[in-house]
Amino acid sequence: MIVAEQKPLNEIKSMLKGYNKVLAVGCGTCVAVCFAGGKQEVGLLSASLRMSTDLDGEAVNVDEAIVQRQCEKEYNAPLEAELEQYDAILSLGCGVGVQSLAQQFPGKRILPALNTKFMGYPAEHGVWEDRCQGCGNCVLHLTGGVCPVSRCPKSLFNGPCGGSQDGICEVNQEAECAWHVICENQLKLGLFDEMMEVQPAKDWSSARDGGHRRIVREDVRIPDEEKA
Amino acid sequence: MNMMNFPAFTMPENSDALPISERCDSNLARVLAAGEFAVTGELGPPKGHDPEEVRSKARLLLDCVDAANVTDNQAAVVRMSSIAAGQLMMDEGVEPIIQMTCRDRNRLAMQADLLGAYALGLRNLLCLSGDHQSCGNHPGAKNVHDIDSMQFLRMMKEMRDESRFQCGEEIPGGGPRFLIGGAANPFADPAEWRPYRLAKKAIAGADFVQTQLVYDMDRFREYMKRAVDMGVAEQLKIIAGVGPLKSAGMARVMRDRIPGMSVPDAIIDRMTAAVAGIDTENKPERSAAWRAEGIKICIEQVQEIREIEGVAGVHIMGIEWEEAVRPIADAAGLLPRPVIEA
Repeated sequence: MIVAEQKPLNEIKSMLKGYNKVLAVGCGTCVAVCFAGGKQEVGLLSASLRMSTDLDGEAVNVDEAIVQRQCEKEYNAPLEAELEQYDAILSLGCGVGVQSLAQQFPGKRILPALNTKFMGYPAEHGVWEDRCQGCGNCVLHLTGGVCPVSRCPKSLFNGPCGGSQDGICEVNQEAECAWHVICENQLKLGLFDEMMEVQPAKDWSSARDGGHRRIVREDVRIPDEEKA
Repeated sequence: MNMMNFPAFTMPENSDALPISERCDSNLARVLAAGEFAVTGELGPPKGHDPEEVRSKARLLLDCVDAANVTDNQAAVVRMSSIAAGQLMMDEGVEPIIQMTCRDRNRLAMQADLLGAYALGLRNLLCLSGDHQSCGNHPGAKNVHDIDSMQFLRMMKEMRDESRFQCGEEIPGGGPRFLIGGAANPFADPAEWRPYRLAKKAIAGADFVQTQLVYDMDRFREYMKRAVDMGVAEQLKIIAGVGPLKSAGMARVMRDRIPGMSVPDAIIDRMTAAVAGIDTENKPERSAAWRAEGIKICIEQVQEIREIEGVAGVHIMGIEWEEAVRPIADAAGLLPRPVIEA
């Protein structure tokens, strides 16, 4: 899922400067599961903003809303009727959600309340780890099911660097060395020979480097004449 | 820590490879090809643009090394470009080994800069992944890592031996004929993997490697035995890294804080004993005693390393202490350096 975390309150407050009435919009999907932008977080953040701006003598009126999936316009459509009364929308969606609102409601100021971090895995309750950067060219079959693009700070493709110690990455003492785990997994799978093959330079054109990415599936596209 | 059980491995035959001296026309290549025990040094370019800082450091290394590394934004701290500093060093009569990292350049910039370096007359290259920018002075920088060090070695080999750019296009007039080097750390984890990684570097295209600083001689001997048994040392010139310690504190920091370093307690005890009886307030005398012991230990290590099968030379790293290289090389019986005609 997409993992995000809330921006510091002061940063959000500085974005709200000059606005009197704001709608905080949460999302019921990924960011709700990672406790960053669901119904509860919208309530907490809105209350904090109300109290804090009031104490500052610049009270902002913050209303609350939640949509099931902020990244799809059908779910956001019901918001439109109420928007006229708000100076701005504070989105607690991921970066996709924020942009969906901005695209759907042009002319309305949309402010991001979250920092979108990565496509991640809940390692334990309250801990999420980066698992995928969407490079568009998956190599997990070659790396024991561990992604070196997202989990190695140098995105190495040919084994651990000289800074791996006791299974820990030299860049982050809290993180496993991804290549240490890949070595263990490949050995368990009897696939060590693959580790001795020099993996060629990656073609990054499938990643962001190749330009703005778009997938077109003609088989599931709705013909123009059938569109409402 | 679980031990990993790696399968047996033998280096594939490489009988059609050119002898090292025909791959590249550098002095270091000739020394290695002649089977002489090579000596390399290291020069850190300044955090400024004063050419005299490079020249004066180069003069300290003149005639006591076969070639010397010029570091590339070492420890992710911005310094004068390794290629520019390499040119200044060459003008002083010291042959450079240009270091280049995958951290700061993509494959276009790497190839372009190395064509330029070759045009200037630089002939030796060390291909590195590079320290992560979080340990340097621009931690907010974006790192590149378009290719990794293994892919870098392969790219340089293909440029040289097949006259092809990384994309496969032919290089007009032929590729740059660098002597291609890599780094090796015998002491990082997983420990069992390290000889395999060395073999992989040889397969990828390395002509030589320089190792992390060796203080733990027992572990280094074990590593070299594996390298010899696998047949790696026959195909790859392995140059052991050594460096004089400046103080007992430096030795402890290396042991305790630097990932992938191994410093035995016996070395720390010797450094500690070196200042016994000297007043702790007498800093100049303590420093002199530590440095003298550091040089003494280093000389002994060079002599031990010379006796280890498969080692092709020593890389003497006097980090911000280039003056130490000459007395170490001299006392270890490595001077004068051989002169081998091209």
